[in-house]
Amino acid sequence: MKKLLLSSIIVIIGFTFIGRLSYLQLFRFSPDQILDDPAIKKIYDYPERGYIYDRDGKLMVGNQPAYDVMVIPRDVKPLDTLEFCQLLGIEKSEFISKMEKARIYSPRLPSVLVPQLSKEDYAKLQEKMRHFVGFYIQKRSLRYYNTHSAANVLGYISEVNEGDLLNNPYYVAGELKGRTGIEMQYEEILRGRKGVKHIQKDRFNRDIGPYKDGKLDTLPKQGKEIHITLDKELQEYGELLMHGKRGGIVAIEPKTGEILAMISGPTYDPNLLVGRERSKNYSKLHYDTIAKPTWDRSILAQPSPGSPFKTLNALIALQEGAIDPNTKFTCYHGFYVGNTLRGCHCGGGVRNLNSGIYLSCNAYFAGVFRKIYDKYGSTDEGMDAWDKHVKSFGLGDYLGTDLPTGAPGRIPDKEYYDKWYGDGRWAASTIISNSIGQGEVAATPLQLANMTAAIANRGYFYTPHVIKSVGNSGDIDPNFTTPHYTTIDRKYFEPVIQGMADVYNYGTARWLKIPGVDIAGKTGTVENYIRVNGERMQLTDHSVFVAFAPVENPQIALAVYIENGYFGARYAGHIASLLIEKYIKGEITRKDLETRMLERTLEHEYAKPYSGEPFKINEREW
Amino acid sequence: MNLSRSTSVSGKGPFGRIDWITVILYALLVFIGWINIYSTSLTDTSLSIFDFSTLYGKQLFFIGLAFLGIIFVLFVESSFFERFASIFYVVSIVLLLGLFVFGKKIAGATSWYDLGFFNFQPSELAKVTTALALAKFLSDIQTDIRNGRHQLYALTIILLPAILILPQPDPGSSLIYFSLFFVLFREGFPLYYLGILLVTVILFATTLMYGTVWVVIGLVILALLVYTFKRASLKIPVLPVIGAIVVSTLFSLSVNFVFEHVFEQRHRDRFALWLSLEKDEKKLEEIRKTIGYNTYQSEKAIESGGFFGKGFLEGTRTKGDFVPEQHSDYIFSSVGEEWGFLGTATVIILFSVFFLRLIFIAERQKSDFSRMYGYGVISLLVFHYFINIGMVIGLLPTIGVPLPFFSYGGSGLIFFSMLLFIFLKLDSNRLKDGI
Repeated sequence: MKKLLLSSIIVIIGFTFIGRLSYLQLFRFSPDQILDDPAIKKIYDYPERGYIYDRDGKLMVGNQPAYDVMVIPRDVKPLDTLEFCQLLGIEKSEFISKMEKARIYSPRLPSVLVPQLSKEDYAKLQEKMRHFVGFYIQKRSLRYYNTHSAANVLGYISEVNEGDLLNNPYYVAGELKGRTGIEMQYEEILRGRKGVKHIQKDRFNRDIGPYKDGKLDTLPKQGKEIHITLDKELQEYGELLMHGKRGGIVAIEPKTGEILAMISGPTYDPNLLVGRERSKNYSKLHYDTIAKPTWDRSILAQPSPGSPFKTLNALIALQEGAIDPNTKFTCYHGFYVGNTLRGCHCGGGVRNLNSGIYLSCNAYFAGVFRKIYDKYGSTDEGMDAWDKHVKSFGLGDYLGTDLPTGAPGRIPDKEYYDKWYGDGRWAASTIISNSIGQGEVAATPLQLANMTAAIANRGYFYTPHVIKSVGNSGDIDPNFTTPHYTTIDRKYFEPVIQGMADVYNYGTARWLKIPGVDIAGKTGTVENYIRVNGERMQLTDHSVFVAFAPVENPQIALAVYIENGYFGARYAGHIASLLIEKYIKGEITRKDLETRMLERTLEHEYAKPYSGEPFKINEREW
Repeated sequence: MNLSRSTSVSGKGPFGRIDWITVILYALLVFIGWINIYSTSLTDTSLSIFDFSTLYGKQLFFIGLAFLGIIFVLFVESSFFERFASIFYVVSIVLLLGLFVFGKKIAGATSWYDLGFFNFQPSELAKVTTALALAKFLSDIQTDIRNGRHQLYALTIILLPAILILPQPDPGSSLIYFSLFFVLFREGFPLYYLGILLVTVILFATTLMYGTVWVVIGLVILALLVYTFKRASLKIPVLPVIGAIVVSTLFSLSVNFVFEHVFEQRHRDRFALWLSLEKDEKKLEEIRKTIGYNTYQSEKAIESGGFFGKGFLEGTRTKGDFVPEQHSDYIFSSVGEEWGFLGTATVIILFSVFFLRLIFIAERQKSDFSRMYGYGVISLLVFHYFINIGMVIGLLPTIGVPLPFFSYGGSGLIFFSMLLFIFLKLDSNRLKDGI
C-alpha cells in the first residue's frame, strides 16, 4: 500500500491533467478562434476611391488628402505647448483636454489630436513637426468635389453605422460608405476592395511583425472610376437658374435614356459634407424642414403633372380611336366637374387637337377624356384601358433608375376610385380633373421628363439612368439599353408633337422660342394646397413645363417643375428654354431671359404661408 | 541476469552504472523545456542561441552549468552525501537566514543572493539538503518513525526551511517542503495523517462552495448511509462518528471565519476564481482580468493550440507575450499553444514515466538512506510538477513554483539536476553499499 501510494498519485495526476487538457484543447478549441485572437490584428490598406466624371470626361468627384495630427501619449517629450497650439490653431485648454483623452484611451496607441488639417496648416506644421516628439501627421483621403453642383445625384459618403455593420460583413467600424446618390448606388465599384494585413501584436497591442509572414494578407483592389451621364455644365447652369426657387428639373437624352441634368432646388454645395465642418453643416441641412435642401425634388416630389399630362390623354384618345385630330370641341371658358365649373384660360371658341394643345384648352381635353370612356361599355373598362396606356409611359410606378431613392408618383386605377367613392359610384365625369393633369394623378419631374422623352422618341423610352460607363468598359446594366415601348402607335405621335411645337409657334410659350432651334413643349400650371397649422390654404400655382428639342431628331427632353412659380410659361418655361439652348447651342443668346431667371427668386412666395398674415396668390405682376 | 550484468560493469568509472533511461528522460525534458523557452523569448532580431543577452542564451549557459554540477556529483564518492548531509543542511539554513540581511529583492521577494554574474536562490539548494538531511535522520539506526519525538524531529527538519522561506515572501517554495511528508509515509508514518489532511482540504473547499449548513447535512446523510448499507458484521462505534461530525462542523464554521476575517481580498479572489464561488458574471470577469489574468491567458493560449498546435515559433499568444511569466512558471502554456494536445500529452506522459522510473529505482535500493533520499527527490519533483501544471491549466489556484527542468532559471535547473543526479549516483553504487 505505502509503496504504491506515490505511484498511484502520479498516475491519477497524469490522467487528471490529460483530461483537463483534452477539455481545453479538444473540446473547447474552435478552429475559427483566430478571428478573436487578440494577438492578431487586421490592418486594412484602403484603395483610393474611384473618381467620378461627367459625360464628357470632366472630373466631378476626386479625392483630396487630409492631414490628421496624431499623438502617442507615452512617446511625448516636453514641448513648447504654446507654439504647438498656435500651429495647430487650437486653444491650450483644448490641447490639454485632448491629450488627456488620448492618454485615457491608450498611452501606447495613436489617437487623433486634431483631425483634417487644411493644406496650408499642414505645410506650416510639417517643417516644425520634428520638434514635437510623440506627434506625427497621418494622411487620409477625403472626397474632393470639382463642382458646387449635383450634390443630390453624386451623394456623399459617411461612416458606416451599426445597421451597415450588421448587414454587410465587409465593413468594419470607422470605414466610409456611400450614403446617397451615386456614391451609394455604385459603392462597390467606387470603393474597390481593401487589402488586409495580419499583424502579430503583443499584449500591449504593439506591432511585433507580420503574422505567418503575411501568408493570409491580401492586396487592396483599386476602386474603379465611373463616368456618369450628367452634363456638368448643364447641371451647373441649371442650378444657377434655380437660385432662390424650389422645384425639380430633369433633362434626359431621349435616344439613350441618359439623364443629362437632375436638379433640385434648393440644393447645397457637396463640399459642405467634407472636412472638419461636415457634421455641423449636415445638421444645418438636415434640420431645415421648410426648404428641405437634402430632399431631392427632381425624383421625390410628386406634384400633379398639370397640363403636360394633356398630351398623354390626346395620345390615348387617338390610339383608342375616340377622336381624330380634327375632332372639335367648343370651349365656353370652362368645363364641369360634377356640378362645379372649372375655368379655362384658352380664350374660348372651337378647338381641335392642335389648338387644344397649344392653347392648353381645358374644355377640349375634358371632352377628349370623356370620349375615351364613352367608347367602352362601362367606366371600369374605360378606366382599365386608360390606365394601361398611361402606365406604359412609366408613370405611376418606380421607374427603376440607378439612383437609390425615388418615388412612384400616382396613376389611379378603378380599385383606387372604388375605395374612394364606392363601386359604381363614380364615372368619367367624376374623375375628369385627370384630363388636365390635376385630380388624382401625380408624377415626379423625372417621370414627366421620361414621358416627354417617350413622346420625343415617338413611342418608346429607355429607363432613365445616370451611369455611362464603369472603368474602361462601356457595359452597363442591359436594363438601361433595352427600349420600353408604349402602347401608343408611332403614327399618333405626329399630330400631338405638332401641337407641342405650336405651343412655341403660336401658343402659351411663344415668347420663349430659341432662334434656330425647333422646340416642342407644353406648359402646365398646377393648383396646389398645403396645410399650415391644420388650416388648408391655396398657394400660388406651381409652374410646370415639359419640352424636347429639336423636334426632329430630339437631343434633349426635359421637365421643369417650379413650386409656386405660377404660369407654366413663367419660371418653368423660361428655365426650360434656357437649358435647351445651353445644351444644344452651348451658349445663351437671349441674355434678357437669362438675367431675369438669374435675378428673380420666389422667396417672397415661399415666405407667404409662414408670414401669419393674409396673402394674395397668383399675382399677375412678377 | 540483470543483476549479474550490473555486477560485471561495476568497475567502469563514474558513469558505469548510471540509469541511462532516467538520464535520457531527463535530457528530453530539459531539451523540450529549452525549445519552449527559445520560443517564448525569441525576438525579431534573431540573435545567436549563444547570445547571453537573451533568455534562451542564458538558459543554455545554465544547462552548461548544470552539466558541470552533474559531472561534479558523479565524480564525488557517494558516501560523501550521506556523511555530510547534516552539515549541508545547516549551511543551507544559515544561507536562508542570511537572506534576511544580505538578500537581494527581485520582483518583490527577497529570495536571492547577488553573485554578480548570477542570482543565487538558496531555497532551491535547501530542497536538496533538506531531502538529504531527512533521509540521513530517518535512516539512522536509532531513529524510530513510530516514536513521537522522532516524528517531531523529522517534522522540524522539513518545516524549518519552509518557515524561513515563507516570509521572503515565497509561499510557493515554502509549500513545496510539505511534499517531503511522502518520505515519512513511505517509511511508516501513519497514513491516516494523510487522510485527515485530505478530509480537511475537502471540508475547506465544500464549506466555501456550499456553506456550513449543507456540509453538515451532507456529513450526517453520509454517516446514515454508511450505517444503512454496511455489512451487518461490520461494527462501527457510534460515538466517534458523532464526534467526528461535531469536529467537522466546528472546523467548517471556523473556515468561514478564517475566510472572511483572516484572508485578504486577493486570497479570497483566488479561491473565488478557483472554486467558481463568484456567481456574478461581471465580477467574475473582473477577477479574471486582474487576479486571474495569468491563468486566463494561459488557459486561452493552451486552448488555442487545439490538437496539433500552431507549430514551433507560430504561437501568436506566445509571441505576443500575452501570458505573463511564460518563460518561467507558465512555460507549459507555450507547449500547449505551439505543440497542441499532442505536445502537452507527450510532456505529461514523459513526466509520469520519468517519475515512475524513479520510484522503481528508489524501491530497488538496498540502502535505507538511498531509498529515503530517492523518495525525497521524487516527492519534491512530483509536487512541483503537480502544482505548476495544475495552475497553468487552471485546475489549481495561482501558486508560483517552477516546472522542474522546464522553467527558465539557473538555480532551479542546477539544483534540480544535482538533486536528481545525487540520487542516480547513489543508485549506481547500490550494489557496493548494499548490506
